[in-house]
Amino acid sequence: MISINNLTKIYASRVDKSPIKALDNVSFEVGDKEFVSVVGRSGAGKTTLLKLILAEERPEKGEVIFQGQNIYNIKKSRLPKYRQRIGTVFQDYKLFPSKTTYENIAYVMEVMGASESSIQRDVCQVLDLVGLSERSCNFPSELSGGEKQRVAIARAFIHRPDIIMADEPTGNLDPYNTFDIIKLLVKIYKLGTTVVLATHDKEVINSLGRRVITLDQGRVIRDEQRGRFVL
Amino acid sequence: MTSLKRIIKSGWSAFFRNLALSLATIFIMVMVISLITFLYFLNPISDILISDVEKKVDVSVYFKEGILEEDIFQAKAEIAKISEVEEAEYVSKEQAFEIFLNRHKDDPVLIESLTEVGYNPFLASLNIKAQDASQYGQIADFIQTGPFKDIIEKVDYHQRKPVIDKVYALTSGIKRMGIFFSLVFGLIAGLIAFNTIRMAIHNSSDEISIMRLVGASNWFVRGPFLVQGIIVGFAAAIIVLFLTFGVSWGIDQKVKMIIPNISMFDIFLSNIFVLFLIQVATGVGLGIVSSLIAVRKFLKI
Repeated sequence: MISINNLTKIYASRVDKSPIKALDNVSFEVGDKEFVSVVGRSGAGKTTLLKLILAEERPEKGEVIFQGQNIYNIKKSRLPKYRQRIGTVFQDYKLFPSKTTYENIAYVMEVMGASESSIQRDVCQVLDLVGLSERSCNFPSELSGGEKQRVAIARAFIHRPDIIMADEPTGNLDPYNTFDIIKLLVKIYKLGTTVVLATHDKEVINSLGRRVITLDQGRVIRDEQRGRFVL
Repeated sequence: MTSLKRIIKSGWSAFFRNLALSLATIFIMVMVISLITFLYFLNPISDILISDVEKKVDVSVYFKEGILEEDIFQAKAEIAKISEVEEAEYVSKEQAFEIFLNRHKDDPVLIESLTEVGYNPFLASLNIKAQDASQYGQIADFIQTGPFKDIIEKVDYHQRKPVIDKVYALTSGIKRMGIFFSLVFGLIAGLIAFNTIRMAIHNSSDEISIMRLVGASNWFVRGPFLVQGIIVGFAAAIIVLFLTFGVSWGIDQKVKMIIPNISMFDIFLSNIFVLFLIQVATGVGLGIVSSLIAVRKFLKI
């Protein structure tokens, strides 16, 4: 589904403008209906990698092939269509503060031009899936951290994307909510969606028992089919 | 069509959900449109003032003693045909005498001197008003060299020239100042409105990034901000229209006491449609343009 080839991303240091390699020749593939965890310390390059896959930034070198197409050759006007095929979950939730839970989730379907009836049907189903049917009229400021992240997952999943990318989705949550969120991601994966999870949470990774790609200082140092968190 | 409906609905609800910010933006926009309205009012007011001053200026053509009235009327008819001439008024010898008596009735020495003369020393004349103060020179030249030069005693243009030039300099100065201040204040007003909307949209910069990342097209992102800009501009225009109504009615009598020819309320009523159009165009135009420019910065993702 996604092929990452020799991806290199360099930032300039804010202090002396010296180059900092956030990613260094990173290559791997993610297959259809796969659950892949990308692990590493803070600053290992996990978020940069997800930003590059989302075409939020461009690499100095390398390519990301998504279903046969190099995403950096996609015209800017066509980028929204590409991004609609990816569901993204962020550590800081990134919900729309002035929209209700229902509206936050419905937004992606509205963007895609879905009919009102299908939006209503699907949002209700997904709200039920993430256990937030009672909270559909609440604004993000009225939700707990765990609830916000469940809304974010619902928003990422509502349009049945080809892949869900979750960047440290449990980073701001307590252990109880952390496992709730991971269970939810596994549920979505079992429904047939590819999931890429970036995290530095050892317990989460060890409990999953699935493929683990380990990044260290911008390089892939390990890629194991039933991996554990080893750094 | 569905997208348009969604964009309008989204902009409408965002306007009310961020009511404090929306009201603050409307408040600034009210100031800006009020300033534009003031500049708009300045134009007819300065026109009235200028034409008042210009009305006080004319040139007189004095005819030789003993010229028949028919010849003078013929000359009047010819002069009135000149495109630069707004009005030519005939003053007979007798009328000139009456005017002099009336004007100097409180000055017994002058009246006595006139009696001493023993006859009416005044000449029949034409008082000519030009369309514009700058045209008196041309008119005077035409009369002095035209077909009636033989029946004309004198044209008093050269004696009045310094006054006419001063009036011309004053009126064209007022017009230039009006244009200058309109441009400067218009520009300032535009910048204030733009910056206010820019700051309001800056608050939503994170939201705009999220919209882009979840796959919204540029127009789907821009749309609700444009709708909010239109609502703000329209609401501010309506408020300013009512304010203008109230203020022009309220100060009408006071202004009339100072400048009797100016009725603020009449100016408001006779210009109400154009004024409202300008107010809406200013408000909505600034709302749309400012939103477009401000959102563009955050659409680069």
